[in-house]
Amino acid sequence: MSSFVLFTLTGLGLAGLYFLLASGLSLIFGLMSVLNLAHGAFFAAGGYTAWFVMDALDSVPIGLRFIVALLAAGLVGASAGAVIERVLVRRLYGQHVEQILLTIGLGMAAVALMGGWFSYDPRLLTQPDWFGDTTEIAGANVPNNRLLILGVAILFFIGLMTFLKRTRHGLIIRAGVENPSMVRALGIDVSRSFTIVFALGGLLAGVGGALGTVYFNGISPSLGTTQLIFAFIVVVIGGLGSIPGTALASVLVALTQIYVNNYLTSGLGSISVVVLLAGVLLVRPQGLLGKAAP
Amino acid sequence: MKRSSIFLFVVAAGLAVLPFVPIEVPLLFSGPFDTPGTLQVLSVALVLAGLAMSYDMIFGYTGLLSFGHALPFALGVYGTNLLMLEASIPYVLAAAITLGGVIVVSLVLGSVALRTSGVAFAMVTLAFAEAFSILVISDPLRFLGGEEGISLASEQVPDMFRRVVNTRNIYWLALAFTVFTFVVARVVVSSRAGRVFEAIRENEPRVEMMGLAPFPYKLASFTISSGLAALGGTVYLLAVRGANIGTTSADFTLSILVMVVLGGAGKLWGAAIGGFIYGILNLRLSTVATSNAIDNLPEWLSGPLSEPLFVLGVLFVILVMYAPGGLSSLATKPSFGRATRRS
Repeated sequence: MSSFVLFTLTGLGLAGLYFLLASGLSLIFGLMSVLNLAHGAFFAAGGYTAWFVMDALDSVPIGLRFIVALLAAGLVGASAGAVIERVLVRRLYGQHVEQILLTIGLGMAAVALMGGWFSYDPRLLTQPDWFGDTTEIAGANVPNNRLLILGVAILFFIGLMTFLKRTRHGLIIRAGVENPSMVRALGIDVSRSFTIVFALGGLLAGVGGALGTVYFNGISPSLGTTQLIFAFIVVVIGGLGSIPGTALASVLVALTQIYVNNYLTSGLGSISVVVLLAGVLLVRPQGLLGKAAP
Repeated sequence: MKRSSIFLFVVAAGLAVLPFVPIEVPLLFSGPFDTPGTLQVLSVALVLAGLAMSYDMIFGYTGLLSFGHALPFALGVYGTNLLMLEASIPYVLAAAITLGGVIVVSLVLGSVALRTSGVAFAMVTLAFAEAFSILVISDPLRFLGGEEGISLASEQVPDMFRRVVNTRNIYWLALAFTVFTFVVARVVVSSRAGRVFEAIRENEPRVEMMGLAPFPYKLASFTISSGLAALGGTVYLLAVRGANIGTTSADFTLSILVMVVLGGAGKLWGAAIGGFIYGILNLRLSTVATSNAIDNLPEWLSGPLSEPLFVLGVLFVILVMYAPGGLSSLATKPSFGRATRRS
């Protein structure tokens, strides 16, 4: 029983990471039909930012320093997203395949750039001792960092849903996902929403990268790319463009992975996720909460 | 004989006599063309040229954005080597069995993946390829070699492909593969089915309206191109003397896409040039970068510049922005092909 609680909470921590990475991907795709393959680079950039802040600001108390690191990682991700959208993606407006190719090139260059600067060996993160300690929940000793990641992810989920449901920008984004040409026909400037969505996706991925560095105990340039593939699976299972679908699928994918790894054979978890993907596609090609393809 | 066929014949003949040409290309190659080191680089580049053409069939002609094309290639590499190593089957038979296996696997995976279209198809194929990659890395049954890979089971390889002096035989084999792929792909894309491939790329609903079911054509394109990729894998195994984890990775799939777009999607010779150039740059760029002036630059600049993928990535971004038809479109006049299509 106690190991079940531990696995579940570890899985939910991983689900939090997947959600942070996949929700931006899903929104960007839902609104602009751009599959952002540079998204993993935002994740890695967030991780390196956190690593840098934790190393550089050693006079600041460690708890506060971690909050600064999270904010900085989010900021770096958001700026990278906004700049890429404004300067590059925008110029290929309407050419979906070319936009994908562009983000592939960017992702490739960004990963190599980080490799050139920080080397391909993982960098270890200085983190508060509290992260490594455990809290007893229902008889299981759960590492605090899993709970932290889960907590931050839930905060971002609530924040994102509030933003989408309660603000004018969110309304335009939701309308744009639903029917972009109608929004344009109503005289609303969707292009500003494109920048916002890219920045938002970058922010979520950047924060995810900082937390991922905690979860995986370090950061290397290719970590983002590895996680991006699971994020893709999450997005497809959840249904493209649906944030609740992404959240649901994150939990489903992460728990499947962790349970299979721990109860069956270690290493089979990732493959079982692909089987899960194939199964969902056979039954519901549009994903769990996605709209049927037009 | 058409002019393009004569041109192809001249290029192939030129490449075939290359191992006898003692000319040195400074900077790009470490030695003259008749040295094993240079021939090995060229063999890899030729295999990648064939691989890029096989991908062009599914991406450039049929318009299916597959992110899993590394899978049949890697299966070709791993399958052949494992059959030789574990079952002591000679190379040619092992390659043939692997090819048959990959065709069956492609039919199954293709049937599942083609239930989706567009970007979802891309993600699903990526997931399948990644599953194999993870399987190799985690290696639950301890025979896939994990991160180290598996070196070539040379006992089962015919003598003519074994020693370093025989690198030129491997080179010719790679050349034969590339020419074979070109011919097969050419025959397929100019057949009636090939016309349907292009029609699916341009307007799939219209194909359905005309009373044709797109699915079997898409599956055929997917399977033929996977088969050719697997064949390339069996040659690549000899050229690099082993099964390498890099061929299974998602990055490698994306590199294949980069090769095709670099040369020009929807043109077989364009894709071939893209693959060839990518192969040479990827293998030689780091040496070029560290060997000269770049070393004297400040470290924040010289680090990334000595990464081949950084240079290729930036080059690729520039190409996508300013010459979306790839290198081949710079050489020919603009056509109404894929390059000008907007979705």
